[in-house]
Amino acid sequence: MKPTGTVGGAPTAATASTPVPASAPTAKPLQPLKSWLPFEWIVALRFLREGQVQTAFIVGGVAIGVAVIVFMSALMTGVQANMVSRTLTGQPHIQLTQPRETVRPLRDNVPGLREGAILQAPLQRVKSIDQWQGIVEQMRTVTGVAAVSPSVTGSAVVIRGNASRAVLLTGMNPDLYYRIVPLPEKIVHGTALVTGTDILIGIELASDLGVGVGDKLRVTGVGGVGATLTITGIFDLGQTGANARSTFMALRTAQSLMDLPGGVTTIDVTVRDVYDAETIARRIAGAASVQADSWITTNAQFFSAVSAQSMSNTSIRFFVGLSVAFGIASVLVVSVVQKSREIGILRAMGITRGQVMRIFLLQGGLLGLSGAIVGSVIGALALTVWQKTVLSADGSPMFALVFPVALFGWTVTLATITGLLAAFAPARNAARLDPVVAIKG
Amino acid sequence: MTAARPVVQLRDVRKSYSVGLPNETEVLHGITLDLQRGDFCALMGPSGSGKSTLLNIIGLLDRPTSGTVAISGAQTLGLDDAALTQLRGHSIGFVFQYHHLLTAFTALENVMMPVLGNAGFPNAEMTARAAELLDRVGLTPWRDQLVGKLSGGQEQRVAVARALAMKPALILADEPTGNLDTESADAVFALLREVNTTEGTTVLFVTHNPLMAERCDRTIDVIDGRVVTRGR
Repeated sequence: MKPTGTVGGAPTAATASTPVPASAPTAKPLQPLKSWLPFEWIVALRFLREGQVQTAFIVGGVAIGVAVIVFMSALMTGVQANMVSRTLTGQPHIQLTQPRETVRPLRDNVPGLREGAILQAPLQRVKSIDQWQGIVEQMRTVTGVAAVSPSVTGSAVVIRGNASRAVLLTGMNPDLYYRIVPLPEKIVHGTALVTGTDILIGIELASDLGVGVGDKLRVTGVGGVGATLTITGIFDLGQTGANARSTFMALRTAQSLMDLPGGVTTIDVTVRDVYDAETIARRIAGAASVQADSWITTNAQFFSAVSAQSMSNTSIRFFVGLSVAFGIASVLVVSVVQKSREIGILRAMGITRGQVMRIFLLQGGLLGLSGAIVGSVIGALALTVWQKTVLSADGSPMFALVFPVALFGWTVTLATITGLLAAFAPARNAARLDPVVAIKG
Repeated sequence: MTAARPVVQLRDVRKSYSVGLPNETEVLHGITLDLQRGDFCALMGPSGSGKSTLLNIIGLLDRPTSGTVAISGAQTLGLDDAALTQLRGHSIGFVFQYHHLLTAFTALENVMMPVLGNAGFPNAEMTARAAELLDRVGLTPWRDQLVGKLSGGQEQRVAVARALAMKPALILADEPTGNLDTESADAVFALLREVNTTEGTTVLFVTHNPLMAERCDRTIDVIDGRVVTRGR
């Protein structure tokens, strides 16, 4: 009895009525045809197997291309995610402020009147955002917004004995603000909890002033209002400047120090996709009477560098993909020439043009697919080796590499599609072969 | 009582190349020919006489410039490529001088190929049919060998078995013994003759060998694009 699901590989001598001659072969038979495999797949797979050296080379070529794409994409994604993460650690994605004050000449556009007007830029006073409670509620309904936190920011002076430092104070509601800036993760001493008389300072400022958790600081706002606050936590934001200047306290405390009772100077917003920040900021600015600045605007040069990096990465991937496509196409063009007689005889046997075309399209797709699978494995291995060998000064990985399943999925899919597209012209040529000419060779 | 339909019916078939150009050349000049069921005909003629063109037209691999071709009663004029391919696949088996087997496949798979291409998926029935045909041509022990490992005579016998796979009404054999030694050539000829006798398959056997032609029932001579003699 034949094995289920296979045909064409049944025992030979047992079923033969012809006597077995002495010269009969003893070689191991090929894998029998699978009954579930369509004709085109059978022929395509056998053609690839027959030219196994050629197939191995092109699969190797595709694999190297795919490995480069996987490795570069994961590396660049990791680098960018790390850079963006570090940049956005201590800041909101979008900051809403009161629109800047401007002056306009009184006699502007008066017909017939020519008058030289001197416009003096106005002082930008610290003032509260008008109707900020309503704006906060409105922001929470904006699509893509993850968290909203009102805060008061302004300049102040901290004094400890004879030492004093100019600082930037930020008054906030911890429950809301920590969803935007994960300050508790940055605390190196003490706690991130703040009440009305508490203050959080950076490690540089603590060092400069010689203070620690539990010590008191005299803080005076620019308007002269002062308060004595207790240090409950010391943080490290990863930047010396930020650690020397930033301070955090309760919203009411800051409102009092900045002489803004009940007011806020900024509304901080975090969005789900950091790269959507600018679009959302524009939408907010159009909907509410506030100035909305995204991190992309405030870090324009950095974002430009990230964009340039992405673009160069995309370009490299495109050209690698193109070379993969040309590699597959060239192999199949040669294969069509090599197989022209066989194509001719297939056509003579009643095989349709469509079937011939599918045989060669499948070869392209299979080359792309197998190369992509091998390439993905090579890429993943290279990433693992890279992560283990390229370390920062303290011996830890430079940054967390991402191995997104979607990247592998997309790469395999795109490589397969590339293989199919690359095979299209050779496949069409094969299908169009005149059987008479093809058989003659 | 009506006469049986001819397996091949050509009426005033002409074939020209470079049609409409100054160098237009007519290679077949109004050939009319009938091949009946069970005919075993030799097709002879010098090189360039047009016999390959005639064979291609009968085999539906090429179209005549004018005239009509009917295979097993089916008129081919006006049929599109897909319909011609289907008719060819079901009605005609080819055996070429250079067997043109698929080297990536075994002898058994080569014989299965026409049926497999037509059915889409392999099945036990077509395997059994292919095995039976290989047995008939005496190649059962070699059925699972890649055809590249077979001798020339064995390859040609596989090609004959493949031509029979679809149980065609007509076999077109284009110098199938031209590259074989006498023993192998005789074996292949005997095989075709047996198929012709036992199944009534019409065989058109192109040959340059007068001795082979002598062994056929009829000889058709093609000279300068015309059928000049029929019968012996």
